Amino acid sequence: MTFLEPLQTWARNDTWIVVIGALAAMACALPGCFLLLRRQSMMGDAISHTSLLGIVAAFFASHYLVKLGVISAATEPLLRHVAMCLGAVVVGVMSAWLAESLQKLGNVESSAALGVVFTSLFALGLLLIRAVADDVHIDPDCVLYGTIETSVLETIGASDVPRAALVNGVVLIVNLVITVAFFKEFRLSAFDPALATTLGISVNAMHYGLMGVTAMTLVAAFESVGSILVVAMLIIPAATAFLLTKRLTVMIGLSLLVGVLSSVLGHLAALTLPPLIFPYFGMPDVHDASSAGMMAAAAGMLFIAAMLFGPRYGLASQVLHHLRMQVRIAGEDVLGRLYRLGETANGSSLGDELNRRQIVRQIVAKNWVSRFATWSLGRRGCVTGRGDELHLTDQGRDAARHLVRSHRLWESFLAKHFVLGEGRFHDSAEQVEHFLDGELLAELDHDLDRPGVDPHGRAIPGS
Amino acid sequence: MSSVLGVVDSMLELLFRAITLRDYNTRIVLGGTTLLGISSGLVGTFLVLRKRALAADVVSHSALPGIAIAFLVAERLSPGSGRSSSILLIGAFVSSLLGMGMTMCIRRWTRIKDDAALAIVLGLFFGLGMALFTVVQRTATGNAAGLQHFIFGKAASIVAADVWLIAEVSAVVTLLCCALFKELSLLCFDEEFAAARGYHTFVLDGILTLMAVTVTLIGLQSVGLLLVVALLLIPPTAARFWTHHLTSMALIAAAIGGLSCGIGVLLSAAFPRLAAGAVIVLSGAVLFVLSLLFGRSHGLWPRWRSQREFEQKIGRSDLLRACFEYIEPLFNIDEISARKLQSVSIPPSRLLNIGHWPESHFQRLTASAEKSGLLRFSSDGWQLTMDGAVEAMNVTRQHRLWELYLLTQTDLDPRLVDRGADGIEHALDSDQLARLEGLLSAASDQRIPPSPHVITGAANSDST
Repeated sequence: MTFLEPLQTWARNDTWIVVIGALAAMACALPGCFLLLRRQSMMGDAISHTSLLGIVAAFFASHYLVKLGVISAATEPLLRHVAMCLGAVVVGVMSAWLAESLQKLGNVESSAALGVVFTSLFALGLLLIRAVADDVHIDPDCVLYGTIETSVLETIGASDVPRAALVNGVVLIVNLVITVAFFKEFRLSAFDPALATTLGISVNAMHYGLMGVTAMTLVAAFESVGSILVVAMLIIPAATAFLLTKRLTVMIGLSLLVGVLSSVLGHLAALTLPPLIFPYFGMPDVHDASSAGMMAAAAGMLFIAAMLFGPRYGLASQVLHHLRMQVRIAGEDVLGRLYRLGETANGSSLGDELNRRQIVRQIVAKNWVSRFATWSLGRRGCVTGRGDELHLTDQGRDAARHLVRSHRLWESFLAKHFVLGEGRFHDSAEQVEHFLDGELLAELDHDLDRPGVDPHGRAIPGS
Repeated sequence: MSSVLGVVDSMLELLFRAITLRDYNTRIVLGGTTLLGISSGLVGTFLVLRKRALAADVVSHSALPGIAIAFLVAERLSPGSGRSSSILLIGAFVSSLLGMGMTMCIRRWTRIKDDAALAIVLGLFFGLGMALFTVVQRTATGNAAGLQHFIFGKAASIVAADVWLIAEVSAVVTLLCCALFKELSLLCFDEEFAAARGYHTFVLDGILTLMAVTVTLIGLQSVGLLLVVALLLIPPTAARFWTHHLTSMALIAAAIGGLSCGIGVLLSAAFPRLAAGAVIVLSGAVLFVLSLLFGRSHGLWPRWRSQREFEQKIGRSDLLRACFEYIEPLFNIDEISARKLQSVSIPPSRLLNIGHWPESHFQRLTASAEKSGLLRFSSDGWQLTMDGAVEAMNVTRQHRLWELYLLTQTDLDPRLVDRGADGIEHALDSDQLARLEGLLSAASDQRIPPSPHVITGAANSDST
């Protein structure tokens, strides 16, 4: 079975699964960005747990209302959804409020307060579900993990569109509208709450508004990915975008993109990976895995990719940047030493030549960075020769001259303005010489009144 | 009707059996789970103090992929061994450590903050675990192994071997906590000082993390991974309301943890249909609410009571001062004594005038003062008793000293010093009083300084 064979049976259901997942992920990413920035990511986790209680309570309430004959069975589905939405939002906002009150009342640390509130409410929700699971048609597992695979089957009326897609789409649009409408307020209260308050923006309103929006988004997504996995959709795309940029609008856009990508990749992985992996475990019949879980895992993988390879802040690029700088500095050092050798060489006797070769060998073979730098210099045409027979080309001599000029000007500068031991000049100049550009050198020159020699008496090359 | 009675009857019987520990099974489960509660309460105290409360949540959720993978590998290598909980726990352990490691890496190497790092790892590992789980559960062996007990817990149906494991591990963790109590407390409060004292903070931190991971993992089988963080967090937070002392807090947390687990086990034995893990957590939550309401240190009821007492004390002082201020103009200030104060009868209406209280409040104040023996009602009005007179003089002196301070040391308008002194004077104690008297050397000659502002409604004025 080749890698792509399962994709040949791609059906309408698969497309809708990806679409629903993408809509849910995008809808979650919007409040998720602000939760991340306000350092309330675990609050999202907490609300996803406690919203279970609201959903279950609303579910039972509507069920028993129908049983008692207060509501007709026909309107029950609609009522149920409205009630679930309301229930989740109410409980979600209430749990945020409870956690804060607990923090203030008992002088309890905020994450402990959050933990107490959400575990208690979640336990209550679990208890309710399991206690009457036989009575009411609700499967505890499905509430927690979602059933994206079967939610595609429930379509609206006669059309082909699954209800879950519509619900998630509507929530996405609502979230977009809210984000755009209150963008300035959200941004300010996320980054500088004190300033926001002085400008008249009610920080409390923003806070509980965000909690309410989060809870509402969770309800919409819960049917698809379950109330527990929503945490991944809230935070991970936002965090991935956070690692790639510093600008808020770009971050929001990227988080939407990552959400879509993780949905696509997740479903693909759910279809293609199990047939590859599970036969090795003696389970050749496994055809797919939970798409929702794989979407969360895909989002996580994208995050790790951004963490490692992100162009600006990724670990790999930081390491690369560091290496590049090391090589540049080593190369410049080689050039400088060669230049100075050229200055002091006063003959071409065999002894001098051997001396020279020995010194060159020392410079180049210092460590692998120097060796690599020398090779790179050769490639760029700054030096000629190989091994210990290195010589500067004209281009190399120019570069070396610039370096030595920086070095000696800096030494002169230090000597003029500071009272330090002579050895200190050299050490400092060894480091600073690599970072002085032409403009700065001109300024130094001007400040020192065009000196001809450095404090050690050596000539300063002209510019 | 008889069926309802029958149901109630069987419930009561189950409860009775549970409480009297008739079942061997219930006894073991009770013992093991109670030990678990004690050790998790202890470890949780240190976690909460280290502000790492939700790390336990991440530990429990990130155990999931490990459990599934351990099952798969074990089944592959030797079919049938996948049911062994030790193997599954080892997988859980490795996976949790990976999760914690990833959290630390994210925190150290990127711009992402603590809470977001926790949420990311939680989402990733849980999602992965969920995907693996659904696959495992579809296979015949997987379903039978009941891996899902790790998610929801199986406290009521746990087997004896697992309980022994829980008990042993809990006992070890408890002993370790007690042995390292001093070091761990110092680590929580002042890490730098602990390092300066020569404790290896990194090692201690590692030990604490390991203990947290261990307790979380053995708790998986009792209450399931979704709720095990409750075992670690609810007891210490509840203990907070009883005391501020670290040692007492740890002990009370251990007690609450053990108690909530015990009660939960008994209840779920009596009501087998309820999810045992949820019942245990909810017992803890009930104990928490009780602590919140009645805890001695920070509980709502004691706070409300002491607030009430304080307000009453303030009200009485103000009343006595009003009495003094009414009587004051009748005598020369240097000659005022308690006996002289006692002799004057104050009409209630004039007293009400001075203090500006609402009528009902005034009635309550005077009734309370009378009951405390400070005032006496005679035919002409209120009279101070001996105790009342002495107290009135003290209170007024305090107030006047404060007014004097505000006048001389700040630029406050004389008309406003009364209010200022009102606010602050009730907080003065004798030390502060002595210091204040020293500051205002002129005032220390007089026993009670005169009032810097006009008091309306006093005995010699003709306002009504």
